[in-house]
Amino acid sequence: MQVSSSLLYLDGVSVSFDRFKAINDLSLYLEQGEMRAIIGPNGAGKTTMMDIITGKTRPDEGKVLFDGEIDLTQHDEAEIAMYGIGRKFQKPTVFETQTVEDNILLSLKGTRNSLPALFYQPNEPDNQRIDEILETIRLAFRRNDLAANLSHGQKQWLEIGMLLAQDPKLLLVDEPVAGMTDAETAETAKLLRKIAETHSVIVVEHDMHFVRDLDVKVTCLHEGSVIAEGSLDHVSSDQKVIDVYLGR
Amino acid sequence: MILTHFLKGGIQSRSVLTMIGLLCVIAILIPIMNLVVPPASPFHVPDHLVPLFGKYLCFAILALALDLVWGYCGILSLGHGAFFALGGYAMGMYLMRQIGARGVYGNPELPDFMVFLNWQELPWYWYGFDQFWFAALMVMLVPGLLAFVFGWFAFRSRVTGVYLSIITQAMTYALLLAFFRNDMGFGGNNGLTDFKDILGFNIAAPETRAALFAASALTLALALLLISSMVSSKYGKILQAVRDAESRTRFLGYRPEKVKLIAFVVSAIVAGIAGALYVPQVGIINPGEFAPANSIEIVVWTAVGGRGTLIGPIIGAVLVNAGKSWFTGVLPEFWLFALGGLFIFVTLFMPKGIVGLAKKLSNFSRPNITTNKPQSSDGAIAKPAE
Repeated sequence: MQVSSSLLYLDGVSVSFDRFKAINDLSLYLEQGEMRAIIGPNGAGKTTMMDIITGKTRPDEGKVLFDGEIDLTQHDEAEIAMYGIGRKFQKPTVFETQTVEDNILLSLKGTRNSLPALFYQPNEPDNQRIDEILETIRLAFRRNDLAANLSHGQKQWLEIGMLLAQDPKLLLVDEPVAGMTDAETAETAKLLRKIAETHSVIVVEHDMHFVRDLDVKVTCLHEGSVIAEGSLDHVSSDQKVIDVYLGR
Repeated sequence: MILTHFLKGGIQSRSVLTMIGLLCVIAILIPIMNLVVPPASPFHVPDHLVPLFGKYLCFAILALALDLVWGYCGILSLGHGAFFALGGYAMGMYLMRQIGARGVYGNPELPDFMVFLNWQELPWYWYGFDQFWFAALMVMLVPGLLAFVFGWFAFRSRVTGVYLSIITQAMTYALLLAFFRNDMGFGGNNGLTDFKDILGFNIAAPETRAALFAASALTLALALLLISSMVSSKYGKILQAVRDAESRTRFLGYRPEKVKLIAFVVSAIVAGIAGALYVPQVGIINPGEFAPANSIEIVVWTAVGGRGTLIGPIIGAVLVNAGKSWFTGVLPEFWLFALGGLFIFVTLFMPKGIVGLAKKLSNFSRPNITTNKPQSSDGAIAKPAE
């Protein structure tokens, strides 16, 4: 795999907490424009991997390169966000005391400095972008409601909308359909497929129906390493994967 | 253009606008009722009440400053009294230099306490304080700089919550001990007092007192306009986002440490100005102002009025201090118990303070709210349809 052609390049990454190896010699390559699903049992290191990519956790060893040249281990969360990596958390994390619209406004791509924010004036391009995103995530009708009053599924969507507003090169989406109804899950898969047309996406998910709906290359993690990679059918017929999921 | 838009955002809330209007009215009315209305009239305000009311307004400015960082950014500062006291000392130094040769020892250069300590010349850090403009600059610069340095280190190391509260308390305590020392050159235990003039006017004259009162009311109105504009701008939204989900804002590319630092420095400067207005009205500044208990009292005023509501802390500061004046007259030894009890009561039963309670009551009396839609207009941070 060429370093230069991949958007995200993780090579031999390890990290341990109190001698517990959360990530163990993990290597993963993501092409420009690719959508990848990551599965794996609890404790496989999926969230830790996202923490490493977004700068929340520093790896003990290994290479983490973004866009061919940016060494992500040398940057913090805010810098990495500005390079174009957006993240949706496992537990939906929105700004609860603010309106749906303001949540999107705060996420819109642009300067993050405080001074321009003090004198910010609502403008047509921004409003249009907010309208578009609210339309996409189907929350236009709740625009002026506080985010705290959204249903669980709506909060998940709002967070995806905040990701869209950031317009990152790479979206990391952690369990987007946890706690959603079947109908909502299907809608979310549709939404993510649409997003993947123009962005690179990594989705972490337990829900196999959802992963099947996405219809993309799948990576299975276990104990901090990749144990299988390929189409969902290929991965789910792998003996090691079956062992891991059925408990050895 | 940009500025008018910024300030317009600040007066969108009706409660803020009303408060600003009210403050402008009393800035004129109280001096008239003191100076023009004859003493026999029931509308006369006696001389001793004018600086007392002025003092309440200074405390209100202070509580408002705390509300910016505590109510809107979640920084529970237990050391805001330090910024207030530093502003007060800067003003006190100016007032000391105005005494000139009229001191007990008649030394035209040195304040009395320096003569008493056998000092031969003015310490370098007293230079310039004979000029009002210089003192006025220091009133803002010294608290602002301390807040900047303190906040820079604290926020960068991601110190939050209780730990941050504790180190702010340690900061004011350290300053208390430092200012108690005679060789610091700030009058030690006794502080700075026996002031004569301010800007050439006799500091004890009713006219000066009335002018200082008016200045306090107008400063409070300006501070309210400034802080209200800040919190209703996009920056204010970022500030509240940092308050509610600090780590989330990092993943959006924001730097919470910088966002907080701005609010903290602005708050410290406003607190310093409050201190500078306070000192000429009470006639003394001493290290007692740095006492940790003072800073905790500011938190109580803010909580009683309603934090994160802008007008709440103003109401809280005035009411609690009026209560204190009355209480310490009737049952002086029980005041601290009453204050502690009040804080517990408010925390348990009125988490949003007086303003929150008033809002709840007014919602009750309006039965035509049938939808379960949330009130997105939230008091001072209200945002009418744009």
